[in-house]
Amino acid sequence: MGLISKARVKSPWIVHYCCGSCNGCDIEILACLTPYYDVERFGILNIGNPKHADLLVVTGPANRRSSRVLKNLYEQMPDPKLVMAVGACTATGGVFHNCYNILGGIDQVIPVDVYVPGCAARPEAVIDGVVLALDKLSKIK
Amino acid sequence: MSLTELLIGLAALVLAPFVGGFLRGVDRRITARMQGRIGPPVRQPFYDFLKLWGKAPSLPNRASLVWVWGYLLLTMVTVFMLFVGQDLLIIFFVLAFAAACLAFGAYSVRSPYAHIGAHRELLQMLSYEPILLLTVVAIFLQTGTFMVSGVLEHGQPLLLTLPLAFVAVLVALGIKLRKSPFDISASEHAHQELVRGVYTEYSGRTLALIELAHWYQLVLILAFVALFWAQPLWAGVLLALGAYFLEFVVDNVTARVRWTWMLSISWGKGVGLVLLNIVLIQFVFSSARV
Repeated sequence: MGLISKARVKSPWIVHYCCGSCNGCDIEILACLTPYYDVERFGILNIGNPKHADLLVVTGPANRRSSRVLKNLYEQMPDPKLVMAVGACTATGGVFHNCYNILGGIDQVIPVDVYVPGCAARPEAVIDGVVLALDKLSKIK
Repeated sequence: MSLTELLIGLAALVLAPFVGGFLRGVDRRITARMQGRIGPPVRQPFYDFLKLWGKAPSLPNRASLVWVWGYLLLTMVTVFMLFVGQDLLIIFFVLAFAAACLAFGAYSVRSPYAHIGAHRELLQMLSYEPILLLTVVAIFLQTGTFMVSGVLEHGQPLLLTLPLAFVAVLVALGIKLRKSPFDISASEHAHQELVRGVYTEYSGRTLALIELAHWYQLVLILAFVALFWAQPLWAGVLLALGAYFLEFVVDNVTARVRWTWMLSISWGKGVGLVLLNIVLIQFVFSSARV
């Protein structure tokens, strides 16, 4: 593993986007940044700018409005990039799945690398998902 | 310039990024501890730099690349000049142009977030530049020279006669390092302002170069702080590290403020303190010396 791939694994910066979830998963993701879980010890930063981010963390189902924003965010991220879908809604549409405005899971819009199940997904599960994503990132040349 | 001076300057250019990156890592670690977190390893800034270097290029335009390289190279020039003992005034003029390059790069793209960040960056420069330049004038009045080498040869520590100017320099240090309460153009941490303020449109390698320039700038500013107690060198280094630690504490106990407040603090209190110090040098300390 080269120096740069090692650095990639050690410093994943995330951008967090809520597609229109109930905010349960968003709160759990933000809980990861608090002193109790403190993901910054693994070099993870919530950066808030897609152009600086390596990992797009999405919550909520894809709907007709937010899917355009989601696609735009994904396209603004420079390679190598990964997408993590957090929560049941992001995977399948969840409790919203038959609503008139819902397209389904976000994999209808952008390619997803890691699915984190749960309603809401627990912070431990979110961190496990990030670890899986990092494993995938380390294999990118 | 003698050969040894040249070698010291080149050594400073090579070592400064390592020292600056290490100090940034210490900053993140201590900040995390102050917030009750464990914090990233001290070598984290180097991981961030390498990762950013390995990202796919995505440039908004070629002009921004020129401005980023200008920012880095001019900052390197100032570090070199300081360590070979050149003129302090010229160092700060070149540093001002280097900092302006960052803002011009943000102006060269069409993103409104970058533009607002650039406005704020220029406001921050407007705040700290008078303090730094007037402090250099005060140093001149005390030592009779603008040259760093002359300041190093000055027998008495500058802090004893320039205490008020030193306090003003600490304010300028906070603004220059973009620490709270002065992190209005962009934060050194991943705090969110208008997306990422002045850095919004930089990504991948250009962001890595900006980070490198920040490490050089950190070393430069701390070396300037160290000049206030230059005679035994370790005392100056301790002074600079103490000032840096003070910035962590202030960073953690204050919130971001509006630019009007920053300007009133730096121009009212900061410049006022330096001017008062200059008056003291002229009338009180000089009579004591004669």
